[in-house]
Amino acid sequence: MLQVKNLRKTYGDIVAVDGVSLSLAPGQLLGLLGPNGAGKTTTVSMIAGLVTPDGGEVMVGGAPLVGDTNPLKRKIGLVPQDLALYDELCPTDNLRFFGGLYGMHGNALAVAIKNVLELVGLADRARDAVKNFSGGMKRRLNLAAGLLHDPDILLLDEPTVGVDPQSRNAIFENLELLKSRGKALLYTTHYMEEVERMADRVVVIDHGKVIADNTLAGLLASVPPKPGEKPSLEAVFLTLTGRSLRD
Amino acid sequence: MALTALRAMVRKDLQLFFSDRKAVIMSFAAPILIASFFGSVFSSAGNGAAAGIPIMIANQDNGVISQSIVAAIRADKTLGVTLTTPDSAREAVRQGKVTVSVLIPRGFGDAAGLAFFNGQNKPELNLLYDPSHTAELGMVRGMLMGHVIEAVIKAARPDAPPMTAPFTVKEEPGMADPNAGYNAYAHSFAGMGIQFLLFAAIDLGIGILLERQRGLWKRLRSAPLSKGALLGGKAVSGMLITLLTLLVSFTFAIVVFKVRIAGSVPGFLMVAAATALMASNFGLLIAALGRTPGATRGVSILATLMMVMLGGAWIPTFFFPSWLQKATVVVPTRWAIDGIDAMTWRGIGFSGAVLPTAVLVGFAALFGGIAVWQFRWEES
Repeated sequence: MLQVKNLRKTYGDIVAVDGVSLSLAPGQLLGLLGPNGAGKTTTVSMIAGLVTPDGGEVMVGGAPLVGDTNPLKRKIGLVPQDLALYDELCPTDNLRFFGGLYGMHGNALAVAIKNVLELVGLADRARDAVKNFSGGMKRRLNLAAGLLHDPDILLLDEPTVGVDPQSRNAIFENLELLKSRGKALLYTTHYMEEVERMADRVVVIDHGKVIADNTLAGLLASVPPKPGEKPSLEAVFLTLTGRSLRD
Repeated sequence: MALTALRAMVRKDLQLFFSDRKAVIMSFAAPILIASFFGSVFSSAGNGAAAGIPIMIANQDNGVISQSIVAAIRADKTLGVTLTTPDSAREAVRQGKVTVSVLIPRGFGDAAGLAFFNGQNKPELNLLYDPSHTAELGMVRGMLMGHVIEAVIKAARPDAPPMTAPFTVKEEPGMADPNAGYNAYAHSFAGMGIQFLLFAAIDLGIGILLERQRGLWKRLRSAPLSKGALLGGKAVSGMLITLLTLLVSFTFAIVVFKVRIAGSVPGFLMVAAATALMASNFGLLIAALGRTPGATRGVSILATLMMVMLGGAWIPTFFFPSWLQKATVVVPTRWAIDGIDAMTWRGIGFSGAVLPTAVLVGFAALFGGIAVWQFRWEES
């Protein structure tokens, strides 16, 4: 469904992404892990078309994704790390706008809005101003906005930052449902337990390079635990990326 | 699809604008209040003569001629006369309570009568004036001249018929429409309307920066839309909002202050639309060149105030020195205000709207071109 080949991006002398490659199949959730500044968000931005790569390519369904107006962009849904919502508007008006950007209108748009609001549990708050929502509700609406146009690939950039356990669990359930419907999910996070719970495959990047690409079991097996410790993704991650603090 | 997206962007921006009711009221009420104030001030200034220029007369001469001069001045409707002592007259000018004080010295009338016929030993009439009202000084001096000569001749030849000017004057406004005339409200609503239209454009630009800051621009960029469609949507919604600001102000002026579009209504709408387009592209320029919303707002407000000041929004450009009148043709607001003045109180027909519209569209293209060129499309 999604193939990323040798993506590269530099900002002056700084190499943000250096030859990242990964692939994502339908019904799969790929966990993209890395310390701060590793290049996760830049990678996601290049896949979403927000940043032009200096090299490499993004393929969707076997076709290269190039250009602002490429129809293949419809196959991708972005759930950015920021709560990218208009606080002054209600969820319905927010979603009507985001749907309009994808050419959706009329009854089809109304039905899609109803469906995604039901999915994220906000149907009963469809007409309330977003500014009155809790952080968790906003996160769920942020997810709904990315799903509205029914993309095949969903890019989720730290979608559970700052939410309460209930909303977090609701988001997990949504994502598991989407997986079961055949959606391909690329999921960046700092929470290892989220990846352990949901990911079919894990890619670890550091300093802009892929340093591991494996199934969860494969990753856990690749780094034996210390005596007396249970194998954990966090231990593997720290072994791979080191314990020095990052900016 | 681009049309659906454009419609969605415009609808969303209008929803955001109208969702803040206090801001909406301020957007419409503030220009109306300030324009009404300026219109009232400049209307009063224009009608100052009719209201009577306040002067004081300290007459120390009890002669017939001086008494006759004072009576004639007091009967003059263009002057508001108060009789007083020399000290009070001086103090009143010093305090700005009157524009001019006339001090008639003892023996003035008789001396003036003699000097009129032999041209020698002319007596002195002392005029004390407020330096901030030199124009009124000239008017008072001319009126005094007429009243003194008339009183002297009347004293010398009591049986002669009253002196009159040997000609008549026909006055009419030099406008395309002979019924049109300078309307201070028309000008002030044009000026303030355009000032607040530009303030709305600043909000448009800051709004884009805030959208970027809040991550919303990522959603827009991830959609299959061209850069032109994204900025075009912003330009259209900005144009509609700014045009609305201007039209609401002018509707108020037409209803309440009887401002007339004495020229061409289509011409007026054309200039207004071109002004709104220029303003909305000015907003895009702000978004393209600005970095943070806070810092950008300050610089934008300064630039806007300079533009409206030099464009004649506060003080009509005909008060400017001639070099400044020539220099300000490079300021877009000058064309906007002159264009609206042409369509309102100057009463010029549609042809008078063509050049201002063309120049404003040119400025819009310039601003829009720089905005597209300088806009930061990359999202990290």
